[in-house]
Amino acid sequence: MNNWRVDGKGRINRDKRVRFTFDGVSYQGYEGDTVASALLANGVHLMGRSFKYHRPRGPVTAGSEEPNALIGTSRSGTGRFEPNTRATVQELYEGLTTVSQNKWPSLKFDVGAVNDKLHKLFAAGFYYKTFMWPKSFWDKVYEPVIRASAGLGVSPTEPDADTYASRYLHTELLIVGAGPAGLAAALTAARNGTEVVLVDENRELGGSLLSEAPSAIDGNNTESWLAEVITELEARDNVRVMTRATAIGYYHENMVGVAEKLTDHMAHPPANAPRERMWRIRAQEVILAQGALERPLVFDGNDRPGVMMAGATQTYLNRYGVKVGNAAVVVTSHDSAWYAAFDLADAGVKIPAIVDVRATVNEYLQSEAQKRGITAKVGHSVTSVSGTKRVSGVKIGRISGDQQVADISSIPCDAVLMSGGWTPSLHLFSHTKGSLHWDEENEVFLPGERTERCHIAGGGRGLWSQQAAFDDGVHAAQQALTSLGQSAQALSVDVDGDRAGSGVVMEELPSNNDKLARRAFVDFQNDVTAKDIRLAVREGMLSIEHVKRFTTNGMATDQGKMSNMNGLKIAADELGRPTPKVGLTTFRPPYTPTTFGTFAGYHKDELFEVTRKTNIDSWAEENGAVFEPVSLWRRAWYYPKAGEDMHAAVARECRETRASVGMFDASTLGKIEVVGPDAAEFMNRMYTNPWTKLAAGRCRYGLLLGEDGFIRDDGVIGRISEDRFHVTTTTGGAARVLTMMEHFLQTEWPDLDVWLTSTTEQWSTIALNGPNARKVLEPFVKGADLSAEAFPHMALRECSVGSFEARLFRVSFTGELGFEVNVPSEHGRALWEILYQEGKKYDMCVYGTETMHVLRAEKGFIIVGQDTDGTVTPADAGLTWAIGKKKPDFVGKRSLTRPDMLLPNRKQLVGLLTEDPSVVLEEGAQIVETGDTAIPAKMLGHVTSSYWSEALGRSIAMALIEGGFERNSTSIDVPMPGQTHRATISGTVFYDPDGDRIKM
Amino acid sequence: MLLIHCPYCKEKLPELEFEYAGQAHIARPDNPAEQTDAEWRDYLFIRSNVRGDHAEQWRHSHGCGRYFNALRNTVSDKFIATYEIGQACPTSHAEGEENNEQLES
Ligand SMILES: [Zn+2]
Repeated sequence: MNNWRVDGKGRINRDKRVRFTFDGVSYQGYEGDTVASALLANGVHLMGRSFKYHRPRGPVTAGSEEPNALIGTSRSGTGRFEPNTRATVQELYEGLTTVSQNKWPSLKFDVGAVNDKLHKLFAAGFYYKTFMWPKSFWDKVYEPVIRASAGLGVSPTEPDADTYASRYLHTELLIVGAGPAGLAAALTAARNGTEVVLVDENRELGGSLLSEAPSAIDGNNTESWLAEVITELEARDNVRVMTRATAIGYYHENMVGVAEKLTDHMAHPPANAPRERMWRIRAQEVILAQGALERPLVFDGNDRPGVMMAGATQTYLNRYGVKVGNAAVVVTSHDSAWYAAFDLADAGVKIPAIVDVRATVNEYLQSEAQKRGITAKVGHSVTSVSGTKRVSGVKIGRISGDQQVADISSIPCDAVLMSGGWTPSLHLFSHTKGSLHWDEENEVFLPGERTERCHIAGGGRGLWSQQAAFDDGVHAAQQALTSLGQSAQALSVDVDGDRAGSGVVMEELPSNNDKLARRAFVDFQNDVTAKDIRLAVREGMLSIEHVKRFTTNGMATDQGKMSNMNGLKIAADELGRPTPKVGLTTFRPPYTPTTFGTFAGYHKDELFEVTRKTNIDSWAEENGAVFEPVSLWRRAWYYPKAGEDMHAAVARECRETRASVGMFDASTLGKIEVVGPDAAEFMNRMYTNPWTKLAAGRCRYGLLLGEDGFIRDDGVIGRISEDRFHVTTTTGGAARVLTMMEHFLQTEWPDLDVWLTSTTEQWSTIALNGPNARKVLEPFVKGADLSAEAFPHMALRECSVGSFEARLFRVSFTGELGFEVNVPSEHGRALWEILYQEGKKYDMCVYGTETMHVLRAEKGFIIVGQDTDGTVTPADAGLTWAIGKKKPDFVGKRSLTRPDMLLPNRKQLVGLLTEDPSVVLEEGAQIVETGDTAIPAKMLGHVTSSYWSEALGRSIAMALIEGGFERNSTSIDVPMPGQTHRATISGTVFYDPDGDRIKM
Repeated sequence: MLLIHCPYCKEKLPELEFEYAGQAHIARPDNPAEQTDAEWRDYLFIRSNVRGDHAEQWRHSHGCGRYFNALRNTVSDKFIATYEIGQACPTSHAEGEENNEQLES
C-alpha cells in the first residue's frame, strides 16, 4: 500500500489515514489527498476510458483543468451521486465511493475500445458525413453502436438530495487566485486597510508555492512564510479569505460569480448544511491572479496513462508526497520541465533522459542535469509511446530536419513528464470581452485592452517566475488602490532559488511516422487528434471557430484549457498562416463545470416559483378542491364530492349552477384602478369601446388591442365615479395590461392627468351565478336595491355586503343572473362562508375554473389566450360590436384597416358541433376539409375550446377556421389518432341565444 | 449583471430592477387615421438593428416604475447615458444608417 509515497514530502496529514473505494476496490490515502493523488500513491494510473475511442486514460494534471480522470462519486444516502467529478479536485474523505466511467464491462477490459481500432472511421466530421450515407446504414449499424458508447459518465437518476445557498457580497477589491501574485496583492491591499476578498479554488492558499517551493521567501522557509501570511490575512477584519471557491464567471460591472464548495470534502457534513454556495460578488476593483496552465506536447501516444504534465508530477510530489513512477522520461520544449525532473530525481525517481526538442538549452540546466546523472537529449523528439494501460517506454530520435528524426532508440520507463510551455489563464478576462494581444516573442496571448476595472497579475501576464509574480501582484494592488483613490505602501517579497525559464511552442513533435497515422491527442476529453485538426483545415474549415465545431476541439467540459493553443498552432500550420491571424475561440462561463444546484440556489421545490393564493384558497383546500395553476395563481379547478371523478363533478357543478345558484372565487381577476380628471379620455384611447357616456354606476365589457390591432386582453370595466374606473383584466394578463397602460401614459400621453394602481390583491371577488343568485345575496346587502329594475344587468354599486364595504357588480360570465362582490381581500373568506351558509337554502354549489370555462363556452364568451392567440382581431372573434365606431382613435384602431386585416379568408372564431354528440374534441386538434386524407393535409385551423355541455347534453367546441364565418353550417373534419371526427360549423352561442336568463 | 442609472431615482441600481421596453424616440403618430399603410407599417414594425450606440427605452419596474431613455452600446453593452422621457438623445447619430453601415464593413 502507498508504495509510491515519498517520505518527508507533501502537505498531507500522515497521522490521519482515510479509506475509500474505486470501482469496488478499497484503497487507503491520507487526509489532504485528492482521489487522484491517493490512487497514484497506490500505483493506480488507469482511472477512466476516453469519450469516443474508449482509450485507457489516467490523470494528466493535478488540478481543475483535468480532462481525463473523470469519475463518479457518491456519498451516503440517495440523490448524492455525481458523474464527471475530476479525481484531481475531489478531496478524499473516509468512506468516499468512486467509480470509473465510459467502460463496459470493466475498466481494464472494455468492449467499446473497438472504436479505437476503427479510429479512421471516427475521424473529425464523422457524424456530419455519416448522415449522408444510406439511411438504413445509419439506423441499423452506426446509431445503436454510437448511442451505446456515447456520453460522458452516467446521469444521476435520483433527485438531488442536497441544498444550495446563494449570497451577494460587495467589496472594494476582489482577488482571484492565491498564488504568489494573488497573495502579494492581498497583503499589499490588506495592510493598506482596503476591503479585500481573496478567493481560491483550492483547499489551501499558496498556488504554485504548494507545488514548487522556492528555497526561501524573505529569508524564511516557504512553508513558514506561507503560514504566517495566511494567519495575517485571516486575522484582518478588512479581509475575507475563501477557499474551495472558484471564480466561474466575470460579468458586467465587475460582478464575479464564485462557486464555493462547502461539504464535498466532508465524510459527515453538518445537518442542513448547504453543499455549495454561489456568491455574486460586486467589486470596485478586481485582480485576476489565476496563473498559467501547462500545455501538453502533441506526439503519438501522448494520452497513455503515465504520460503527465511535468508540472503536475511536481505537484503530486511536493504537495501530496507521491511519485508518479520509478523511471520517468521527460520530454519538453520549456525550461520548467527540467526543474520538475530535478525535483523528482532528488526524491529518488530515476530520470533516464530529458528529451528537449529545442536545439539549444541553457548551460545551467544542462549542468544541473549532469550533476544528477541525467542524460540530456537536446534537439531530440519523442516519436512514440509503448504500453496501453500504462506507459512502458518511449522511442526517441535526434531531430534531423523538418518532421524528420534519426538515430531512433527505445527507453523503458513507467512515466513520461511532458511540457509544451505555459498558457496564461485568461478565461475570466475573456468573459469581460477584454482583448488579447499576441506576444510574438513568447508566442502567447496576453491581456490587452480592458473593458472592466480589472488588473491581471503574474502568470496571466506571461511572467514565469515566482519572484516576478510576487512583484507583479504588488504592482497590480497598487494600481487597483490608486483607482480606488487610496495610496498603497509598496511591499517587497524576496525569493531565494527562483526558477525563471522560457521555451518554445510546438506543433506535433517531429517524427518520421505519417502525420495522419499518429494517435497524437490535442483534446484528451473529446478525443481530438492533430490529424483531425489538419483534416478539418483540408476540408475547408478556415476559421478556428469552424475547426472547433468540425472537430469538437475545446468543446468538452474542460473548454479546451489544455487543447486550445495546440489546436490553434496546428491549424495555423496547416493553413500556412501566422497563429494570431487564425484567431482564438471564445471562453465562456463557467470557468470549470458547475453543478446546476449551485446556479439554482434556493430556487427549488416550493421556492422554485411564487404560488399566489386568494384569501378564499384555504376554504377551497379544506373543502376538497382540486387545484390547477393559472399563471402564478393556484385556483380551485373543481370540487369533487365522494365518488365523483372530474367529469362527474364538473357536470354536477354546471347543472346546479344553471338550475339554482353556484358560487365561484374570482379573486384572481386582474384589477387596475384608473383614476384622475382624464380617466375617461385615457380609457377611450386604450380600449376599443367608448367610455365617455358610460354613467357612474354602470359597467361595460372592455376590449384591449395591441397597436398591431390584435386582441390583447378583455374584462368588465366599471365606472365608479366620473374620474374613477375599476378595470378588470384576465387573471394572467394583469401585469401585462398595467405595463402597457403605463407605457402609453408615461411615454405617449404624459399630458393626461391619470393615475394607475394595481388593485388585484386589494379585493377578494366572489361571483354568484344562477337564477337564485339574488336570493342568496340580498339579505346581506346594505345600501343598494338589488331588484332587476333598480339594479339591472351591467350595473354596479358601492355598498356593504355582510358588513364589509363592497363594490358590487351585476355581471355574468355564465349567461345566468350574476353578481360579483368585491370586498377588501382580507374579508374574502368571511364573506364566502356567510354566503355559503345562506346558499344551503337553495342547494347552492361551489364551482371551480373548469365549470366556469364550460358555462362561458356555452354562451360563446371567449377566453383571451385560449380562443385567441395574438393573431386574432376583434372582427375575427366576432367582437366588432365592442368597437366604438365614432371614436377617432384608440390603440390598434389604425391597424384594423391594414390590407391583411381585411382579407376574407382570415381565421375566424366559430362554433363546432360534432356529428357524434358524445365526442369531445381535443383542444388544439387541427381542422381539415372533409374527406381530405392527403399527407400533409391543408390545415384550416384548430380547436380552441372543447367541453361536454351538461346543459345541452352534448359536446360543444369553438375553433379558429379560415373563412369560418362563410363556412357556417358546413362540415369539416378533425383527424385524430385512430379516427377522424366530422363536425358542423355553427355560431358560438350554444345556450340561451336570446339571453333571457340574464335578465331575471 | 448591469448597473443602470435611473434618471428619476438618480441612483445606479442592478439590472434586475429594470426591464427593457424597445427602441426609443419612436413617437406615436398624432393622427393614425391619416397614416398610409406603409407609414403605419414602419411605425409598427420597422426598427433599427444597430451595431453600436442604440437609443432605447427602459423601465425601472421594481423601483419608481418610470420609463426612461437610455443610450447603450450593443457591442460593449455599456450604457453611455440614461435620460428622462421627452429629452433629446445625447448624440446626433445614435441610431440609423451611419451605424448600420458599420455592420456591413
Ligand atoms: Zn427609478
